[in-house]
Amino acid sequence: MDHSILMAVLLLSPFVGFLINGVRYRQPTYKISGGIATAAVFISFICSVLLFSDLVGMPADQRKIHVKFFEWLNVDKFKVDAAFYIDQISGIMILIITGVGTLIHLFSTEYMHHDKGVTKYFAYLNLFIFNMLILVLGDSLLTMFVGWEGVGLCSYLLIGFWFTDKDKAAAGMKAFITNRVGDAAFLLGMFILFSTFGTLNIQEINGLAPTTVETSWMGALTLGTMFLFIGATGKSAQIPLYVWLPDAMAGPTPVSALIHAATMVTAGIYMIVRLNPIFIMTPNTMLVIAIIGALTALMAASIGITQWDIKKVLAYSTVSQLGYMFLAVGVGAFGAGLFHVMTHAFFKALMFLGSGSVIHAMHEEQDIRKMGGLKKYMPITHWTFFLGWLAIIGIPPFAGFFSKDEILWMSFHSPMGHPVLWAVGVVSAGMTAFYMTRLMCLTFWGKSRVPKSVHPHESPAMMTIPLIVLAVLSVIGGWIGIPEVIGHTFGHIPNYLGEWLSPVVRPIPNLAEADHSLEWALMGTSLGVASICAFISYHFYVKSPEIPGKIANSIKPVYELVFKKYLVDELYFKTIINPLVEVSRKIWYFIDVNFIDKITYVLADLIKGGGGVTRSLQTGNVQIYAMYIAIGLVIALSVIIIK
Amino acid sequence: MQNNFFTDISLNHYLVLSSILFVIGMAGVLLRRNVIVILMSIELMLNAVNISFIAFSKYTQNVDGQIMVFFVMTIAAAEAAVGLALAVTIFKRFKEVNIKFFEHLRG
Repeated sequence: MDHSILMAVLLLSPFVGFLINGVRYRQPTYKISGGIATAAVFISFICSVLLFSDLVGMPADQRKIHVKFFEWLNVDKFKVDAAFYIDQISGIMILIITGVGTLIHLFSTEYMHHDKGVTKYFAYLNLFIFNMLILVLGDSLLTMFVGWEGVGLCSYLLIGFWFTDKDKAAAGMKAFITNRVGDAAFLLGMFILFSTFGTLNIQEINGLAPTTVETSWMGALTLGTMFLFIGATGKSAQIPLYVWLPDAMAGPTPVSALIHAATMVTAGIYMIVRLNPIFIMTPNTMLVIAIIGALTALMAASIGITQWDIKKVLAYSTVSQLGYMFLAVGVGAFGAGLFHVMTHAFFKALMFLGSGSVIHAMHEEQDIRKMGGLKKYMPITHWTFFLGWLAIIGIPPFAGFFSKDEILWMSFHSPMGHPVLWAVGVVSAGMTAFYMTRLMCLTFWGKSRVPKSVHPHESPAMMTIPLIVLAVLSVIGGWIGIPEVIGHTFGHIPNYLGEWLSPVVRPIPNLAEADHSLEWALMGTSLGVASICAFISYHFYVKSPEIPGKIANSIKPVYELVFKKYLVDELYFKTIINPLVEVSRKIWYFIDVNFIDKITYVLADLIKGGGGVTRSLQTGNVQIYAMYIAIGLVIALSVIIIK
Repeated sequence: MQNNFFTDISLNHYLVLSSILFVIGMAGVLLRRNVIVILMSIELMLNAVNISFIAFSKYTQNVDGQIMVFFVMTIAAAEAAVGLALAVTIFKRFKEVNIKFFEHLRG
């Protein structure tokens, strides 16, 4: 079929779903609205598959489907088309978005069935998919920015979906405002790139990328990419703008799975990968990205160890995994970053949906201290979660192992990497293994601490089918990117993903020949650390559950600091938010109330007084009116005569 | 030729007469309380103007002024009809035709 029709259907199908459900938003018919929404995304998925298979059929260096619908803006030299293009990078993304999106829509239909606003929920969810597709497919930074803002809006709407709860509404606002800070930087980055290249078209920018690296910290490209990266820290929850993501768990759980784990939060990484020819030429920005990524991975993982809320643990885990992805792109391994985006989308969406299934079974209970032993009540949820757990802690041959290992290896091996970055990555991997095992133990294994009033039960098929599909993907998803060292040993298994991406991803400059024995050693180290941490965690939380409490008590100040999330929120309140509020209040009081309001009041009083004077002239006495006419006549005549 | 004000009737005589009548009418409108008298005074003012129209028409050899007079007379008749109708209504309600009752028409 014609590409432009497929592309139009791909983009508009979720939008039509949004319109239909948006118009009938009052009807609480979860089967119909869920069916419409799921079908809309599924149609998009079919289009994505068709387009992707066409892409595969093309010769390797010409894989590109470009569709221009119309000219959007044309002001002097500033031209933007409503055009979209699929290449190797965005092709993978649309498959993830629509594929995982369909599964999550299906899951939501059951999960949200007793909610009164279910139709509104699906309308928002479809709108999100539409915006996310625009973000991913847009052929210029401005089109991408439209989607970028659109997904931010949908994220806000869905986090604050239960807005009658003040905390949840506040969480939505926090996400929106934090994202706004990043978006401002994104805009600045676009301005700089436009003034440098004279275009916002991504392909043109990539084509115009310089061939020599820019070493200055103040160069136009370095500043531009740095601002774009700050924009990415907002959307993808990195230090210093990550604070909104843990709070974003206030939204319905499938939303956390779709928006705050699988798709939207990876937009920052996607943007950097799409612009990789200019990022690779700015080593200073790359250094900052790698350091921020590694720090975020470490910090979020450490917080994850101490949390008791099942969704909070997963949220910090997401922040930490996003940190990994930034570490990957920061050392120049764009392919590895995108690979981890994909595998993470599978296993984290799986774990969030699994936690949704658990929360559903536990009647909206999210505290893992009140769970335990759920394995026998919810076998399917348990086994799928178990596979997700193996994937995230990086056990071969599950998906997470390959992507995480490639990131760690590149952070060591790439000339832009450093052994310290690798070490931080390995420590974070150990922590990940620890807190994920802790989550498994406290939720599914060990003794049941479920209150007597709650009777956990397995979720219906509509919820378990997406779990099973995602679990399968979490197992096999990594096999498309088997690193060369393993592929060689087991008889020439190619790295499909690496080959697939090679035409659009610039190679790392000065990359040395890989030393296979070193690679095996590093792989063994990270795997060993992860297994040991997982084992310790199992021992702590199943065998002798009293140990963690003792350890926490013996290092109480540190534990408290981590448990309270390093007091970052408090710090932001003290240093930025409260002063801002204070200053605004003062400005409001002194300038608005005393000055602007006063002017309007005085004006109003003047006019009112003037009106009072003229009103008294209008007595209603006809003879006095006649007198005014006579006086006017006399005055007019005298003026004429005297002149 | 020297005109004698008291022997030769000229345009000025008509204009002076017209002004006197107009001022008398205006004084009546402004000072009297009785609606009927006020209507009569208005009539007087209109006719004072008519006199000047006719006088100018005669002295400039132009019929425009005379045509205008017909219009004024028509309007005056209509005005009298409306004014008298109002006066009758006022009288029916207040048993008096004093102008002060028109204050009740104020919104």
